[in-house]
Amino acid sequence: MMHQALQSATQWLSQNLQWMLPDLSRETLALIWFLLLAVLLIGYAILDGFDLGVGILHPFLTKDDHERRLVMNSIGPLWDGNEVWLVTFGGALFAAFPEAYATVFSAFYLPFMLLLCALILRAVSLEFRSKVYSEVWRRVWDWLFFAGSALATVLFGVAVGNLLQGIALDEHYEFVGSLTDLANPYALVVGVLAVAAFATHGSIYLYLKTEGDLQERIKLVVWRSYFVFAALYFGVTIWTAYMVPQAANTLNEYPYLWVVPALNVLAVLNIPRAFALGSEGYAFFSSSCVIAAFVFLFMVAVFPFLVPASNDPSNSLSIVNAASSRITLRIMLLIAGLGMPCVLTYTAVIYWTFRGKVKLDETSY
Amino acid sequence: MEFDTVFLSRIQFALTIMFHYLFPPLTIGMGIVLVYLGAMFLWTKDKAYEQAQKFWTKVFGLNFAIGVASGIVMEFQFGTNWATYSRFVGDVFGSALAAEGIFAFFLESGFLAVLIFGWNRVGPKMHFFSTCMVAMGSIFSSVWIVIANSWQQTPAGSQIVPMTRQVLDENGQLLRDAAGDVVTEPWYIDGVPVMRAEVTDFWAMVLNPSTAHRLTHVLLGCFVMGSFFILSICAWYILKGRHVDFAKRSFVGALILATISSFTIAVTGHRQAQNVYQHQPAKLATFEGHFDSDGPADLTLFGIPDAENEKVHYEVAIPGGLSFMVHDDLAFEEPVIGLGKIRPEDRPPIWIPFLAWRIMVGAGTFFIVLTIASCWFLWRGTLFEKRWLMWTYVFNVLLAVAANQVGWIAAEVGRQPWIVHPAVVRDAAGEPILDDDGFIQYEKVVVEMPDGTEISRHAGLRTDDGVSKAVAAEHVAASIVMFTFIYLLLGAVWLFVLNRKIQAGPEPPEDGFAKAKKDSGFLKVAGDAPPESRLAEAGLSPVEADQ
Repeated sequence: MMHQALQSATQWLSQNLQWMLPDLSRETLALIWFLLLAVLLIGYAILDGFDLGVGILHPFLTKDDHERRLVMNSIGPLWDGNEVWLVTFGGALFAAFPEAYATVFSAFYLPFMLLLCALILRAVSLEFRSKVYSEVWRRVWDWLFFAGSALATVLFGVAVGNLLQGIALDEHYEFVGSLTDLANPYALVVGVLAVAAFATHGSIYLYLKTEGDLQERIKLVVWRSYFVFAALYFGVTIWTAYMVPQAANTLNEYPYLWVVPALNVLAVLNIPRAFALGSEGYAFFSSSCVIAAFVFLFMVAVFPFLVPASNDPSNSLSIVNAASSRITLRIMLLIAGLGMPCVLTYTAVIYWTFRGKVKLDETSY
Repeated sequence: MEFDTVFLSRIQFALTIMFHYLFPPLTIGMGIVLVYLGAMFLWTKDKAYEQAQKFWTKVFGLNFAIGVASGIVMEFQFGTNWATYSRFVGDVFGSALAAEGIFAFFLESGFLAVLIFGWNRVGPKMHFFSTCMVAMGSIFSSVWIVIANSWQQTPAGSQIVPMTRQVLDENGQLLRDAAGDVVTEPWYIDGVPVMRAEVTDFWAMVLNPSTAHRLTHVLLGCFVMGSFFILSICAWYILKGRHVDFAKRSFVGALILATISSFTIAVTGHRQAQNVYQHQPAKLATFEGHFDSDGPADLTLFGIPDAENEKVHYEVAIPGGLSFMVHDDLAFEEPVIGLGKIRPEDRPPIWIPFLAWRIMVGAGTFFIVLTIASCWFLWRGTLFEKRWLMWTYVFNVLLAVAANQVGWIAAEVGRQPWIVHPAVVRDAAGEPILDDDGFIQYEKVVVEMPDGTEISRHAGLRTDDGVSKAVAAEHVAASIVMFTFIYLLLGAVWLFVLNRKIQAGPEPPEDGFAKAKKDSGFLKVAGDAPPESRLAEAGLSPVEADQ
């Protein structure tokens, strides 16, 4: 009986909500979903970027347990929500581009298993660390927190580095390369760049959340990680131009897109400028822009594919060939349209609730 | 048994999902209790409720964190280990998963922050609102994941269609015909059309024939687990004479939830079993160890099933019992389809579902007896004096965990050899149409080939065909070793920290601080670290207190 009531309710819904679903072709919907994936990935990279960065720097900037707790609690209420962006990105990729989800996740099998391991260790280190009042216990979790954050960041970078170059695919979009192919120097350097970028981003965040002596020391770390990042950014940009010239194809096809790499350079330069001028919030905004631009440029570089094939370009997995059916893409658009405003509201509420300098109380980690 | 990618991936999935599923039922069940305590505090302004909520929130947060950490694995694993399955079902299954992310996870994780860290940052009303949102988020999450799983059991609102694809030239450019249009053609691999399931009616997929039955059963299972978890801890406090007022208060609340859930779960379980028979007769026959499809069907209580000779040895059975259970037949004689009518290659392995089913039903029956007896003693006013009963509750949580786990084992192993179960072919009256050999038939999909011939395949997917082709068995073996190691570590640390929280109890943390000065050794203080301010009052820096 309840089942029937539900069924008639949903029938009414599907008949009367048609107007909310724009009448678009499968190709257009696939393109929209490609852009929405970019949005989800940018959201993830900016938000989890700073808390991964905090994890990467965690053992290197603190003197005592109190400071270490401050650093961890600066992201305490936020990291879990930030990671949901990754989970939702995974779900959206699965639903909108099942072929790409299957190809990429099975191609990077062992690296992704390590990634999972890193994400698990990171999450539980935060939870477990301060539960027991023992030096040894806490130091172990401190280092696992660092290791998990750093390893996860490197692996994200390695995955991006490989996808930029393309991976070996057969005509069924199955990966035919080997693990050693994935661990190539270019991809590893992109992994290191990711670490430097997140460390810079995370250090500016920490600067904003701390005060006093700790903040003074973090200032130094901001500068150091920035210079490492800037050097790597310069090097990787040149290497990319040399290694994957096809990455610029789409930019050349739509020249106005060159505005993005140009803004990217300006944002990179603006980080030290704003930070030196004392507008640290502006510096954080700049580093967020840098990360957003990286993700956007990555998506532009692989376009019109999701997974370029390095061995035989005709085996590349294109956006349209990877996409779900028109019906599913439309429903997903409706789900995203209903869900994303809520998501942005929760995110705003949470960040507002936990604004200001980090303080410890009995609810802290 | 071969240690190939299929077998190892199944082991890995079983390992990771079983570990993960220790936590969501706890958080879903405890979420209800937190909402109750928060509401009572707002209503009565009685500090005892707030204190109780603070204590259970800490335990909740611990369980939640491990649930989240082990949950990410699940989301990745469809793609890493079951890529072929993902290609086949992504259009349908993926959308439910994505909806779970957008509608449930953001809600849950966002407001969890306020629930755990927000005591001093928001007012009591906002805090209560956050508690409700977290509880709702965890229930939403179970809704979407059960929808996805139920679609695998009883697909609806979808059809299996051949795929087309745009052709790329050797430079990776789209191939265009003379008119400049993109060339799109049917996709074949080795002459066989590539097919996948696609949504035809989203709401029919969401409300597939087993969703409602399975969702109520799963949620009640979570309530059973959450309430028995709380009962276990409270019973232990009562036995030890610690925090007795607090423990009795929580005990009674949890007992009410446990009693209602234990009763209703038996009713919904019965209805669900009838639903299973309707759509997956092979599964129900395996649960019951039922082979013979003619005459009245007996309900096997105990016995040793023998799949090869199609009988149950040393059987203790209620004559005609299964006829009654399946068909509500008061004459105890209507026949029930047995495994004899299922093609041997379409039969699930018998031992695991047969045993799991018995453990689940046995545990459920025990819960009803236990909670009814406790309610009786509570009414008589002698409940908390019965030490044997309290000890039963201390350990009963393990049985509740086991019941939740084996319930899923029965459901998932019973679905084999299918990963997506095809529908049974039936006539207008709803009776299965048997094939020439006297076996029930599963629905098929027929595709017409360009040369006019027809190719047919099952309207489902076999588990063996769902695994990743690009992943080697050794790699899966390596990841199993890794997960085993990490999960053993996590499980041990979880129990250790949980035990400390329980030992510390719901009192304000003065106790813990007093101990911090007194104790020494590797692990010095039970419970949470003392707040820095309190250390400062005592004239200690955190480091000194630690020495």
